[in-house]
Amino acid sequence: MHELPIMEKILKIALRHAQANNVTKIVAIKMQIGRLSDLEEEWIQRYFNYLSKGSPAEGAKIEIEWMPIVMRCSNCMKTYEADRKNMTERVCPSCGGKDGSLLSGKEYYIKEMEVQ
Amino acid sequence: MGEIKLIEIKEEILTDNNNAAEELREWLKQNKTFLLNLMSSPGAGKTSLIMNTIRALKDRFRIGVLEADIDSIVDAEKVASLGIPTVQIRTGGFCHLDAFMVMKGLDAFDLSKIDLVIIENVGNLVCPAEFDTGAFRNAMILSVPEGDDKPLKYPLMFSVCDVLIVNKIDYLGLSDFNMAALYERVHKLNADITIIEASCKTGEGTDSWVNWMDVQMKNFLYGKEPDNER
Repeated sequence: MHELPIMEKILKIALRHAQANNVTKIVAIKMQIGRLSDLEEEWIQRYFNYLSKGSPAEGAKIEIEWMPIVMRCSNCMKTYEADRKNMTERVCPSCGGKDGSLLSGKEYYIKEMEVQ
Repeated sequence: MGEIKLIEIKEEILTDNNNAAEELREWLKQNKTFLLNLMSSPGAGKTSLIMNTIRALKDRFRIGVLEADIDSIVDAEKVASLGIPTVQIRTGGFCHLDAFMVMKGLDAFDLSKIDLVIIENVGNLVCPAEFDTGAFRNAMILSVPEGDDKPLKYPLMFSVCDVLIVNKIDYLGLSDFNMAALYERVHKLNADITIIEASCKTGEGTDSWVNWMDVQMKNFLYGKEPDNER
């Protein structure tokens, strides 16, 4: 739902780095996005194409590495990965504890970009 | 085609907003104004809860309301009818508020005369969860007619909130809403969350909510500083 503002931020950061490095064409932007994000890959690319028209980032491919959801068990305090689909069904694999809290899985991180 | 080079970026894209939210919290601490971010889906009862909160707490604290709405002012008019300073932010199609929008909205208040600002965020369980508004506490409402399965669908929202108000409990007899299942699902996502069952219509549970709010306010104004949320 908020692909547009998110993609605007990504474009802004990419263009700032492009300018600082005298880059005229961005080929790909490599991102790490947490699995808890509700953004869809198809729409991320589509919105980016729309926003980047006429800029050095036009035509750039957004490459996404989806990052795991990491929870901490409230009982034994161990951390473990959770699956988005069964976040409210899973139990701690170490002790079987039910309650937990979120450690990571909601990041939007731009790692690097390929340029010409 | 020229040679392809790699440029390292290493930037979290929400850093700007997260920094702005931290600055805002710092400034509000100095100013002694507590900021509460209230989120829910449309129609869950945000405006009703705010009106009940104002009625219960207006003699104890000076309250202001920051209303976010995509394009209407009906909620702001309702709240303002209680004689409370109300600022309307039209998000113009934006599905959430971020710290920058909140800062701009707060500019319209005389904060030296306000102890508590309640943000009524855009009705939406997806986007507002991702953006730190600068609030000290995040609250959300889930209403009984929405169903007990919402934590399955919107896990992030339930993960980032400090308190969950289960509203419209007067509908419980009419639905197959399973309260025990809801508690279990929510605690799996967020073991530290406080859950309050209430009905803004009948007033049931309002006391628990008002007490929770009162504790937050007293800790903030006279006691220990609240932890930064998230």
